[in-house]
Amino acid sequence: MTLELFSQYLFAGVTYGIMYAIVAIGFNIIYNTTGIINFAQGEFVMLGGMISISLLQVMPLPAAIGLAVLITMAVGALIEIVFIRWLDNPSVLRLIIITIGLSILIREMALHIWGESIRSLPYFYGNEITTIGIGSVRISPQVLWVIGVCGIIVLGLSLFFKVVPLGREMRACSANRTAAILCGINTRNMVTFSFMLSAGIGALAGCVMSPITYTQYDSGTALAIKGFTVAILGGLGNSMGAVVAGILLGIIEAFSVSILPLAYQDVISITILLIILFVRPHGLFGSSEAAGLKEF
Amino acid sequence: MKVSRTKSFALALLVVLVIGVQLLTQATETTYYLTQLTMSAYYGLVVIGLSVLMGYAGQISIGHAGFFAIGGYLSAALTTQNLVALQASPVIKFLGSLGVLVAGQDLYGEQLLTITPWAACIFAVLVAAVIAVILGVPVLKLKGHYLAMATLGFGIIIFRIALAAEYFGEADGISEVPGFVLLPAVAGLPGLTVSGDFGHRVENYYIAWAMLIIGMVLLLNLIDSRIGRALRSIHGSEEAAEAVGVNTARLKLSVFVLSAVFAALAGVFLTHYNGGIGPSEASVMKSVRYVALVAVGGMANLWGVLIMGVSLTFLSLRGVFGSYDDAVFGAILIGVMLFAPNGILSIRGKAVLARLKKTTDGDGGN
Amino acid sequence: MKEVLKKVVLATAACCLLVAPAVQAENLKIGAIFAVTGGASFLGGPEARSAEMVVEEINKAGGINGNTIELIIKDSGASPEKAISFAKQLIEEDKVLAIIGPSTSGETMKLKKIAEQGKTPLISCGAAEVIVNPVAKYVFKTPQKDSFAVQKIYGEMNKMGIKKIAVVAGNTGFGKAGKKQLLDAAEKFGIEVAAAETYDKKATDLTALVAKLMADKEIQAVVNWSIVPAQAIIAKNMRQAGWEVPLFQSHGFGNIKYVEAAGAAAEGIIFPAGRLLIADSLPDADPQKALLLKYKNDYETKYKEAASTFGGHGYDAITVLIAAIENGGADRDKIRNAIEKLDGFPGTGGVFTYSPEDHNGLGIDSFVMLTVKDGKFVPYEGK
Repeated sequence: MTLELFSQYLFAGVTYGIMYAIVAIGFNIIYNTTGIINFAQGEFVMLGGMISISLLQVMPLPAAIGLAVLITMAVGALIEIVFIRWLDNPSVLRLIIITIGLSILIREMALHIWGESIRSLPYFYGNEITTIGIGSVRISPQVLWVIGVCGIIVLGLSLFFKVVPLGREMRACSANRTAAILCGINTRNMVTFSFMLSAGIGALAGCVMSPITYTQYDSGTALAIKGFTVAILGGLGNSMGAVVAGILLGIIEAFSVSILPLAYQDVISITILLIILFVRPHGLFGSSEAAGLKEF
Repeated sequence: MKVSRTKSFALALLVVLVIGVQLLTQATETTYYLTQLTMSAYYGLVVIGLSVLMGYAGQISIGHAGFFAIGGYLSAALTTQNLVALQASPVIKFLGSLGVLVAGQDLYGEQLLTITPWAACIFAVLVAAVIAVILGVPVLKLKGHYLAMATLGFGIIIFRIALAAEYFGEADGISEVPGFVLLPAVAGLPGLTVSGDFGHRVENYYIAWAMLIIGMVLLLNLIDSRIGRALRSIHGSEEAAEAVGVNTARLKLSVFVLSAVFAALAGVFLTHYNGGIGPSEASVMKSVRYVALVAVGGMANLWGVLIMGVSLTFLSLRGVFGSYDDAVFGAILIGVMLFAPNGILSIRGKAVLARLKKTTDGDGGN
Repeated sequence: MKEVLKKVVLATAACCLLVAPAVQAENLKIGAIFAVTGGASFLGGPEARSAEMVVEEINKAGGINGNTIELIIKDSGASPEKAISFAKQLIEEDKVLAIIGPSTSGETMKLKKIAEQGKTPLISCGAAEVIVNPVAKYVFKTPQKDSFAVQKIYGEMNKMGIKKIAVVAGNTGFGKAGKKQLLDAAEKFGIEVAAAETYDKKATDLTALVAKLMADKEIQAVVNWSIVPAQAIIAKNMRQAGWEVPLFQSHGFGNIKYVEAAGAAAEGIIFPAGRLLIADSLPDADPQKALLLKYKNDYETKYKEAASTFGGHGYDAITVLIAAIENGGADRDKIRNAIEKLDGFPGTGGVFTYSPEDHNGLGIDSFVMLTVKDGKFVPYEGK
C-alpha cells in the first residue's frame, strides 16, 4: 500500500468515525442521566437535517440550522415528557421497546411529511467538488466542518458538565440519583434536559453531515446502529471514549475495503462489536467497576 | 390437575377453531383467506418461541429474524442450487449414496440435481441450532442494553451476509424454491406437500396450523414443568435462582436454542410455501416486529402472544394497514409498552377494577 | 346468506377487526403492487403515483367503454413475502384482471410462478432481464432491458477508446442485475473489468472505495449501476478525490434529484436513458414527444415534483394494460394476448412492440445517451 493510499484511507476513516462519534455522544448523554439507551437517537439526526433543509427555503443557512436545532430539542423534550417521564420505575426491556417504537414512528412520520426522496443542505463552503489539499490527500472542506463541530461539542459538553450549574446537576443525577434528589435536584427535569441536549446535538450533527451524506427519511436507523456500536466500544457513557472508538471504527471500516468486498463492511464492524461485548462488555475505555455499578 | 385441564380445553378449542375456519371458508368459497392464515401461522411459530425466551426467561432478542433467515435461506439455497456440474465430485457422489439428492427438471427443461427438502430442512435447522449455541454462550451472559445490542448485531450480520453473498441471491433473494414433500402419495392416499400452489392450499393450512399447535403443546408443557418454574425464577432474580440451585446459564441457553429452532423451522416451511425468500426476512425491522408481537401479546402469555401474533400478522399480510404498516407496528409497540406492559389482552375490566381498588386501598406501590 | 357467512369467517379470522368490502359496481379491477414505503420507495412511490394519476384521468373521462377502473394499490415495502401474499389475494380474492408491479426484480421473480398459475397478466416494473428471459406466458415488464443499457455504454466506451474499467453497483436488485450484465458483456466489447464492487444502498460516503479504485492507475473509466442516492455520492467522492476519469451511470440515474444532489460533481456524467428526460428537445416528429410532454406536465403539476424515469415505468405499465383492455376486452387471457399484439405503442420508456418471444417490447433504440450540463440532462454528443 502506497503512502498516498494509506493516508486516503486514514482520512476517509476519520471522516466516518467522527460522524459516528457525534451520534454516540448523543446516546451517552441520555444514558448518563437516565440509564436509557435511546434507540431513536438516529432520528434526531435525520430530523435536524430535514427541518433545516425545509427552513432553508425561507431563511439563511445559519438561521435555518439554529432553528432546526431548537425545534429538534423541543421534539426531544416532548418525547421525554409524553412517553418516558410519567412511567413509574420502568424496566430496561420496556424502555428499549418504547424507544424502538418511537424510532419507527418518527421515521414513518418523516416519510409521510417529506416523502421518500433525498435532500441535502448546500455545502457550507464551496461546492460539491471543492477540495482542500493536505499533503497528497484532498478532502472536502465540509469534512473540516464536521470535525470542527464535533470538537466544539466535546469541548462544550465537558465545560457544561463541569462549570454550568445545570450541567453539574445533571452529572450529580447520573452519579447518584437518590443523593441528587436529597440535594434538592429535580431529577425528572434533569432527564428532560438530557433528552433536549442530546436531541440538539443530534440535530446539529444532522445539519453539518447533510451535505456529505444527504438526508432521507430513513437515514437515522443506520446511523443509530453505528452510533450505538461506537458508544459501546468506547464504554457506555464515556464521551471521550466515544470519539476515540468512533475514529477507530471508522478507520477499520475504511481499511477493510482494501481486503474485503465493500458489501461485507458492516459485517466487520458488527463482528468487532460482538467480540468487544463478549470480552470487555464495559467497552475499550470504560471501567468495569463503573459499568458494574449501573443496573444494566 | 386443574391447570392441565384448562390447558387441554384451550388447545381443543384451538383445534376446533382451526377446523371450523377451514370448513367455513370451504362453504362460503372464501378459501383464499387460508393463504394468509397459513403464512401467519408460521410467523406465529416464531413469536411463541420468542415469547418463552423474552417473557419467561426474561432475555430480549432483537435478532430472531436472523434465525428465521438461516432456516429459510439455507433450505432455499440447498434445494435450488443445481449440482449437475459437480456430479463427478466425491462429495456429491457420497451425498447421492446417502439418498439426499434429487434429480429433476426446471420450468424450462434444464436438468437439475439438488438436495432433497428433507435433508435441507434438517441441515438448516441444525445449523440454526448450532449457531444459537455458539452465540448463546457468550451473549446470554450479557444483560439489558448489551444483550439487546448483541442480538441486534447478530441479526445485522445475517442480514448483511444474505444481502452480500451471491450464493444467497444478494438483493433478489432466492426464488423458484420447490415444494417440500413431507409425505409422498402412496397407495391412493394423497401425500403432504408444503407448497404455495393453489391446489395445495387446504393441506398447507393444516400443515402450518398443526406445526403451530404442536409448538404450543410443547411450550405449554415446558412452562408448566419444573423447567418453566425455574425459568420464571430467572426472570424474577437470577441471583436468587442461582442460590436455590438453578443452573441459570444452561437453562437460558436451552431456551435460546429452542426459540432459534422454532424460528428456523418456521423459516424453512414458509420459504417452501412462498416458493422463495428475500433479504427482507432477515432485516432488523422483521426482528423488531417479532419483539412487538411478543410485547403486544403480553410477553409471558403464550396464548396472548399466539392470538395477537397471528391476527396482527394476518392483517399486515392482507395489506390492511397500507403504507402505514410499519407505523402501525411502531404505534402498537409504544402504546402497549406505555399502557399495558402485560399485553393488550391484559386490559380487562376486572384487572382495571382491581388496580383501582389497590390504589384506593392506599398500598398501591410495589 | 353467503354474504353473512363470509362476514362471520372474516370476523373470526381477523379477530373482529375487518369489515367485508362494500358491494362493488361493475368495475374493471386492476391490482398494483408497489414498494411505496421501505428501501425501494424511490421506485414504488413515483410508480404508484403515476398509475393513480392515469386511472384518475381515465375515469374522469368516462372510463374504458363506460366502465370505470378500480385500481387496488398494495404497498409491499419491497418485501417479497408481502408481494406474494398480495399477489395471491389480488388474483383470487379481488379477482383483478391484471397486476401491475412490483417495483423490484426480487419480488417479481417470486411472483412469476404465481402469475402463471393464476393465469393473470403481470406487468412488472422491475429492471432485471431474468423477469422476461426465459419468457413466462403471463409475465411482462416495462423498464428497458439492462443489457441494452450495457451495450450502449460499452459502445460509447469503444468510441472513446476506453479499455479498462471499474464497475461499482448498489446492493439492490437493480445493481445486482446490472453488474452481472456488465461483467458478462465486457469481453465482447474488448473491455476489461479491473474491479467490481458493491456498496450498501444506504451508503453515506464512498471515499475509501474511490481511493481503492483510484490506486489502479490503468482504470480509464468507472461505471456505476444503481438506483440509490449513493450514485450521487460516488460522483462527488470521485471529483473530490481529483479523479477525472469519465463516470458512466446506468438508466437508474434518470432522476433530476440525483443531479441536484451531486451538484457540480454531476457535470459530465454519461448515461443511457429513455427520452423522458429530454422530452423538450426532441424533434416534433418523434412518436413519443407528445406523450412524454403530457406525462411530465401532468405529473409535475399534480405532485409538485420532477418526473423521473421510475415513475415512467409505472405509467407505462398502466397504459400498456389499459390499451390491452381496450383492444382485447376485460378478460385475463384476452388481455394477455392483446399485450403480445401491441405494436408501436408509445410509452415513456420507448415505443413498445411486444411479441410472444419478447415480453419487454423495447429495442435498444429506446435508449439515448445523455449527459449532465449545467445541472440539466442533455443529449450526449460525444467528445
